[in-house]
Amino acid sequence: MAYAVVKGGGFVLIHTPDMITHNGTTQTTERLVNPDSEYLKKLPNYYRTYEEVISYPPNQVYIGTIKPEDLRSYEMPWYKQQVEGATRNGKHGEIMPQEEFLAMLKMVDVFDLVKLNKEFTNMVKPKFNQHPLMTEAMVAKLKDGDDMVEIEKYLNEQHAEPLYHDNKLIGCVKRAHDIDPNLNAHVILENLIVKASGVLAFQHLLDKNNIDVTTIDYVIECSEEACGDINQRGGGNFAKAIAETVGAVNATGSDTRGFCAAPTHALIEAAALVQAGVFENVVIVAGGAVAKLGMNGKDHVKKEMPVLEDVMGGFAVLISKNDGVHPILRTDLVGRHKVGTGSAPQNVITALITEPLDKGGLKITDVDKYSVEMQNPDITKPAGAGDVPEANYKMIAALGVKRGELERTAVNTFVEKHGMPGWAPTQGHIPSGVPYLSHAVEAFLNGEIQRTMIVGKGSLFLGRMTNQFDGISIVMEKNDGQTGDKATGVSETEVKTMIAEAMRNFASHLLQ
Amino acid sequence: MDLENQKRVKDFTEKFGAENVIILLGAAEAESAGLAAETVTNGDPTFAGPLAGVQLGLRVFHAVEAEFKENVDAGVFDDQIGMMEMVLDVDAIAAEMNAIRSEFTKY
Repeated sequence: MAYAVVKGGGFVLIHTPDMITHNGTTQTTERLVNPDSEYLKKLPNYYRTYEEVISYPPNQVYIGTIKPEDLRSYEMPWYKQQVEGATRNGKHGEIMPQEEFLAMLKMVDVFDLVKLNKEFTNMVKPKFNQHPLMTEAMVAKLKDGDDMVEIEKYLNEQHAEPLYHDNKLIGCVKRAHDIDPNLNAHVILENLIVKASGVLAFQHLLDKNNIDVTTIDYVIECSEEACGDINQRGGGNFAKAIAETVGAVNATGSDTRGFCAAPTHALIEAAALVQAGVFENVVIVAGGAVAKLGMNGKDHVKKEMPVLEDVMGGFAVLISKNDGVHPILRTDLVGRHKVGTGSAPQNVITALITEPLDKGGLKITDVDKYSVEMQNPDITKPAGAGDVPEANYKMIAALGVKRGELERTAVNTFVEKHGMPGWAPTQGHIPSGVPYLSHAVEAFLNGEIQRTMIVGKGSLFLGRMTNQFDGISIVMEKNDGQTGDKATGVSETEVKTMIAEAMRNFASHLLQ
Repeated sequence: MDLENQKRVKDFTEKFGAENVIILLGAAEAESAGLAAETVTNGDPTFAGPLAGVQLGLRVFHAVEAEFKENVDAGVFDDQIGMMEMVLDVDAIAAEMNAIRSEFTKY
């Protein structure tokens, strides 16, 4: 069985300033606990414009215009820097403005739950129509818009969730059931956001990599929301819903969950399905988390800096049958945080990093780039959470020191050489290992790297079902052009020995 | 500090008495360790959780501080925390913790 390959990805960001105010949980909680707070009053003064979001260096890394390593040439704080000539479009995807995304919410809604008023619909329709990835049928789904009177009725009488643009009420998301808490307007809005941002990432995956959508066999969705009703809260299935919207008529799919670690779980599942020959083309996809917008807003406002958690993320990656070209996923070099691993950092790093390397007879320094939780330190450092990727690289290096593979004085050089500055928005699953995949494919094809490791970690304890933490990792390698499998293949001599052995056993039974 | 954790700290303090409770932190940054330490001594500085305005004055230490290290088995410490001791800015964390303790700890 040949290893599966990573063909390419689609990576999108969506700038949604009004959703920070109305849907980010830091803000909704504050409004409940402390409705007249200074924070809520000051907050909108610290929002960035769409143009500022576009030229922000980490965002341009996310959509593929500049390389992760290039971020080092921009002095921190990055929000004071800009990428000259940056546009909304990158090699791997785009940064979509809020109004077009609100149109996408309407476009992906198949139960007539999203209501946008006439004025807004008239304004956005031409823009949506100009979007190169939106088909006529998709634009037609916007229809002509609804009356404000009707929208206000849903809001005042039926607990609909309001939708805002430029601080103005422009529509709502209706509840999908009168009493079912899993179909209330709040849940439906979060779920439609996941679906819409997942769809956009999937569209970019197809577009940026010239993929025929009808060749997709299976889709694994790996975000952090759950869709279902009163009888099955996480019944599913975002994957098939997204596949349907993008026209993947030959695909079915399912949802994989594991907090922030889910994308790496999904990547390994996809690789296994392809390697086993079950499917040839599997897409892993995830939409964004509206709840996390402005999560560290209080710290950002306190430090008088822009609220940097103003974008949602989405990604889609195609894992395919070995083509002899694209980088392979070494399913024999998988690390995992086991139930018995424990929570001590060295146990975690051993399980995720050195155990898979040991299986392949590799040293820590044999991996050119580690893609860990690539959270943007511009966001996390002012919030007191430090530089997450750097801390991870230091831990890997420290383990290298303990194993005698690295001098203690070489820790900082290791971080520089084998690490990357973080660029992904703090959207939980979005920064976790996967944002490097499209950059990695390019680096492999350009011969810049031979090997990388994708590491996902998740805080399962947040769900209160276990105190366990989770993590999983996989090694990705340059394709040697052989589409057969050298690791699990069996040579002719070995086959002869095996047959001889079987004959001997058989003969000995005859003699007894 | 997580609102649920604040609630648990408050409940345990009521149940066992403040003089019998020690809070052990594992935060990776001096600033976040300091915020958590302040929360369980002088009250939640963000005024968001159950410890807002509640001055428990608890004894609070970070897992990489000498006060903790000297009181536990050296082998276990090395196994569980040795690597992080190499990674974290221990001096900055200890300085922050000492500052909070000397100002707010009552026990």
